[in-house]
Amino acid sequence: MTLAAALTPLPVLVPTLAGAATLFAGRRPRLQRVIALAALSIVVVVCAMLLRLADRDGTLVLNVGGWGQTESGMGPLGITLVVDRLSALMLVVSSIVLLAVALYAIGQGIRDGDDRQPVSIFLPTYLVLSAGVCMAFLAGDLFNLFVGFEVLLSASFVLLTIGASKDRVRAGISYVMVSMVSSLIFLFGIALVYAATGTLNLAALALRLDHLEPGTRSALFAVLMVAFGIKAAVFPLSAWLPDSYPTAPAPVTAVFAGLLTKVGVYAIIRAHSLLFPDGGLDSVLMIAALLTMLVGILGAIAQSDIKRLLSFTLVSHIGYMVFGVAVSNQTGMSGTIYYVAHHILVQTTLFLVVGLIERQAGASTLQRLGGLAAASPLLAFVFVVPALNLGGIPPFSGFIGKVALLQAGAQDGSALAWMLVAGGVVTSLLTLYVVARVWTKAFWRSREDAPEGHLASATPSALLEEPEDIQFVDRDHVGPMPAGMLVPTGALIVVGLALTVLAGPIFGYSERAAAEVLERGQYITAVVGPQ
Amino acid sequence: MTTNIVPLVLIGGLTSAGVYLLLERNLTRMLLGLLLIGNAVNLLIIVAGGPSGNPPIRGRTSDGQEVTADPLAQAMILTAIVITMGVAAFVLAMAYRSYRLTTEEEVGPDPEDARVSEMAATDEVTLGADRPRTEMPRDTDLPDELDAIPGFEGSK
Repeated sequence: MTLAAALTPLPVLVPTLAGAATLFAGRRPRLQRVIALAALSIVVVVCAMLLRLADRDGTLVLNVGGWGQTESGMGPLGITLVVDRLSALMLVVSSIVLLAVALYAIGQGIRDGDDRQPVSIFLPTYLVLSAGVCMAFLAGDLFNLFVGFEVLLSASFVLLTIGASKDRVRAGISYVMVSMVSSLIFLFGIALVYAATGTLNLAALALRLDHLEPGTRSALFAVLMVAFGIKAAVFPLSAWLPDSYPTAPAPVTAVFAGLLTKVGVYAIIRAHSLLFPDGGLDSVLMIAALLTMLVGILGAIAQSDIKRLLSFTLVSHIGYMVFGVAVSNQTGMSGTIYYVAHHILVQTTLFLVVGLIERQAGASTLQRLGGLAAASPLLAFVFVVPALNLGGIPPFSGFIGKVALLQAGAQDGSALAWMLVAGGVVTSLLTLYVVARVWTKAFWRSREDAPEGHLASATPSALLEEPEDIQFVDRDHVGPMPAGMLVPTGALIVVGLALTVLAGPIFGYSERAAAEVLERGQYITAVVGPQ
Repeated sequence: MTTNIVPLVLIGGLTSAGVYLLLERNLTRMLLGLLLIGNAVNLLIIVAGGPSGNPPIRGRTSDGQEVTADPLAQAMILTAIVITMGVAAFVLAMAYRSYRLTTEEEVGPDPEDARVSEMAATDEVTLGADRPRTEMPRDTDLPDELDAIPGFEGSK
């Protein structure tokens, strides 16, 4: 067995087994933490090695169980796990984010939790979520992708409703319903694809779908796009996101915002480039991308709760990624891949910073916040770096990704592409306006100027529901920001800045990944064998 | 491939009934809608799997059939059934919890969302909502000269 074959299943196996182990260790919180952090660290190392191998040796394929090939020569029997450059990059970025957020949640639980916190179900569920995310990125067939989605969704249901307070149950119901509808549409699409082609292996599908009539192909593509569009929160299928994410505790929102929608984007990239390279829906996708960007950011302007505001910017920036996929030339695809990596990091970081703001100031709404820059210059610094990065200020990675996408739009040259370029610039400016508004309200003005500045939540809360409101002056001093929360946040900022400092090699990598994704031949040959 | 019209009509009927139920605000009905759609999709996978035949186990025959039934479709349905059942259990638990908390089974609107749209409706521009309150000057009977004294709260 080669090294690659030994490593490929580990990002799924290790968190799953660790999840089971932490469940058994439910009464021993310290042991739980050690197991969880060890498992997630192993995953980071394994993913980094997979990235190195995939970049050096080309696409890695593992046929689980080794059942051999089908008689018709259309791909292997059984489950296939595939690592190409795109999925390797996704795995590395996700595993870093998962480890950082786990550290943050544990740090928060140790510092602010009472004896019921962190609740013993948190870490096992979190590990199952990690396994689901990795499984979706590794899946080499449509059904396994579906199972990966279901694993991460089931875990996310539990994490979103943790503590089961009134707000979280209400948010959880709509989240569960929307997610399940999207999963059923996905399953519907799988059944139709299977009826049309008789296979579900992605590489074999890539070959067989080419022989279908264009109309059938577009119909299949459309069904899958609706399913993935709900998961990725593409307008007009995005309304569920800002209503459900903000009620969850900060680390949970952070990991959801960073990873769950990006798994949907990853599925869109795969379906668009590998399965349906000429699916005939590019102009629909472009219009959806434009509307996602604009509607999302206009929604963000109207919000006063920072978590909701960031949820809207999250929706808005999904538009950039769909933009690159829809333009679908070399620059567009590499821009999208780079942008996905950037956005996972920056959006997660911002939600973690909001968790810190909530802890220090006892509120996350602009109605109550003020004077944070004077109260804690360090907090101001950890907010402003990812915020400017999100807004696309040079030299941060958000700027580099956006420039690549705008170039791709210009290269495409169609009227719709130019509209997208204009929409992208406007969205970028409005994003800057939105984060600048948070900055002036929450950080610069004094707290007395905030309309409800005299109110604050009584004590910092970890994973369970926030306590009662009290007068801000009566709030006990919460002390400096705990290192257990600050260090993971800082680490993610550093990784985000590394995307700028090492922009050359990383963008070079995403260009190679894009070439591989668009060319398809290497992926198909690696799985099915030479044609 | 050719297929029978009866299952297709059934799939359509189940899906439309499911969508109708899913659009309700009542949680139990939403769950029933979800289950109906789930069953419709399972039926579709069976149809997609092709005609019936021998059990997909080597050496077993049934009813003198010539072909073997597609095992993959059956495996996929089993997986889908398990997933739907797990989620249904979770939704039931959540419905019960929601009933305990609010003593009703309806799904309420998002309060923050409602607040933002209410603000827009009353024409109170959201951007102005968190503008500082202007201090009203307080009028006292004390002479205005005293205002010059630092820390003195007079008519300002």
